[in-house]
Amino acid sequence: MADIDWHYFLELLVSGVTKGCIYALIALGYTMVYGIIELINFAHGEVYMLGAFTGLIVAGVLGVMGFPETGILLIGGVVAVIYCSAYGFTVEKIAYKPLRNATRLSPLISAIGMSIFLQNYVRIAQTQDFLRYPNLIPDFAFLEPISDILRPSGFVIIVTSSLVMAVLTLFIKYTRLGKAMRATAQNRKMAMLLGIDSDRIISATFIIGSALAAVGGVLIASHTQQINFNIGFLAGIKAFTAAVLGGIGSIPGAMLGGIVLGCCESFAAGYLSSDYEDMFAFAILILILIFRPSGLLGKAKVQKV
Amino acid sequence: MLELKGVCTYYGNIQALWDVNLTINQGEIVTLVGANGAGKSTTLMSICGAAALRRGEILFEGQPIHTMRPDKIVRLGISQVPEGRLIFPDMTVQENLDLGAYLRRDTRNIARDQEMIFDMFPILAKRRTQAGGTLSGGEQQMLAISRALMAKPRLLLLDEPSLGLAPIIIRQIFDIIRQVNKEGMTVFLVEQNANQALRVANRGYVMETGRITLSGPSDELMANPEVRKAYLGV
Ligand SMILES: Nc1ncnc2c1ncn2[C@@H]1O[C@H](COP(=O)(O)OP(=O)(O)O)[C@@H](O)[C@H]1O
Ligand SMILES: [Mg+2]
Repeated sequence: MADIDWHYFLELLVSGVTKGCIYALIALGYTMVYGIIELINFAHGEVYMLGAFTGLIVAGVLGVMGFPETGILLIGGVVAVIYCSAYGFTVEKIAYKPLRNATRLSPLISAIGMSIFLQNYVRIAQTQDFLRYPNLIPDFAFLEPISDILRPSGFVIIVTSSLVMAVLTLFIKYTRLGKAMRATAQNRKMAMLLGIDSDRIISATFIIGSALAAVGGVLIASHTQQINFNIGFLAGIKAFTAAVLGGIGSIPGAMLGGIVLGCCESFAAGYLSSDYEDMFAFAILILILIFRPSGLLGKAKVQKV
Repeated sequence: MLELKGVCTYYGNIQALWDVNLTINQGEIVTLVGANGAGKSTTLMSICGAAALRRGEILFEGQPIHTMRPDKIVRLGISQVPEGRLIFPDMTVQENLDLGAYLRRDTRNIARDQEMIFDMFPILAKRRTQAGGTLSGGEQQMLAISRALMAKPRLLLLDEPSLGLAPIIIRQIFDIIRQVNKEGMTVFLVEQNANQALRVANRGYVMETGRITLSGPSDELMANPEVRKAYLGV
């Protein structure tokens, strides 16, 4: 047996988990929206891209004013979250709500239209070139010994994502709004009969999903240090794959699916060839859809009557 | 307390209710009996704002409610236990009950009401942390009724609570209906099981293909030869 290069393995694992966290953050938005209104919100990847751009603009402004990097990262993150939440809310009201009682295909097409619109809007309003993202993440002294495995930006991504996901889990489990969201996902009509306003729940879902995507956008941009109008497309499809992998509609599923997909990609790129990285995600998507459409943690689909 | 005047409800272009007139007075148990597909559930959904009227009106304590959103109607004090119970299957018994009290803010009274409900249905207290979907049919019906009671309604609408349950459970459920009514809650009971329903109700309505065809005090209906033939199987 050949010696296993543990160091290399660990490096791939960490980079997979890092990417997986970002997929998970975006996948949550897909899965939550699907859970409530059974719509694949194809414009969701664009919200993530908008989050990255918002962060960049804030960083530009605050950088000129001489703010410290950590401050810029925090403020950029908060502004991106607020801005994207407003975006998610508005997109739902404009593109999906009027189609609530239409056939299932209509909102899907509307979602694709919204996605193309947002991409081109950013392309025209900003630029189609790649923009350099400032390095907002400080060097942590305690990461020095393992710096070849875990970069500070990776560390921040893993810690922040874990925190955000933990808070989301507690929120969904214990708060009044969280319970109402689960109830609406499980049976919208019954939720309505209990006095739960489904329009508000749907809005809240879009807002939360968009906020998570914004966090992902700012984090990934600080990690890769370059963005353009198109980054939402691939990230969106991969996060969607992660959501399907975990079981669309399942919140823990989206988290697990994101991490698993990130690691699969990382190992495929590391042990096979980096050319396979993107192809791998789509191969996984197709395989799940064929062999286990309910995903890792999802339930076998019960047709709603 | 509740009045339906000339209610016509449609599903798309199909008319399900034809000029339904019906009154429920404070403190009564009123039943609506009819065969499968008669329009009983549609009547309840119309009251709750979950099915839109095309004509007619619904008044609750004199106030028109047929244009209100469902959550507003719940707030006014009308709760429904829908057909098929519609328990949230992946939520615990406790969470199902919490959702019943969704619109209430009086935390302390909620806790007290829940204790009362656990006294009524001790099995629910035992199943508290279990997922709703794992309960038996009878337990689910108890949970569905309890969930509606957690809203502290003044008018309780029940859609075929006896459907598919063992006779002993049915008896228990009807006892509870009598009990909550005695404590002051007005009850509107929809049933195919006319025999049981007319026995607990003060008055009844008979519905056929979307129309009210008969109404009157329960004993009168039970004595009516047509009702006996069509619904009581005698
Ligand atoms: N969601 C719906 N869409 C279309 N038609 C419906 C719907 N629900 C009920 N109906 C029709 O309306 C009529 C009354 O149904 P319903 O109120 O459920 O009767 P019941 O509760 O007395 O069995 C039936 O003919 C039924 O087929
Ligand atoms: Mg019915």
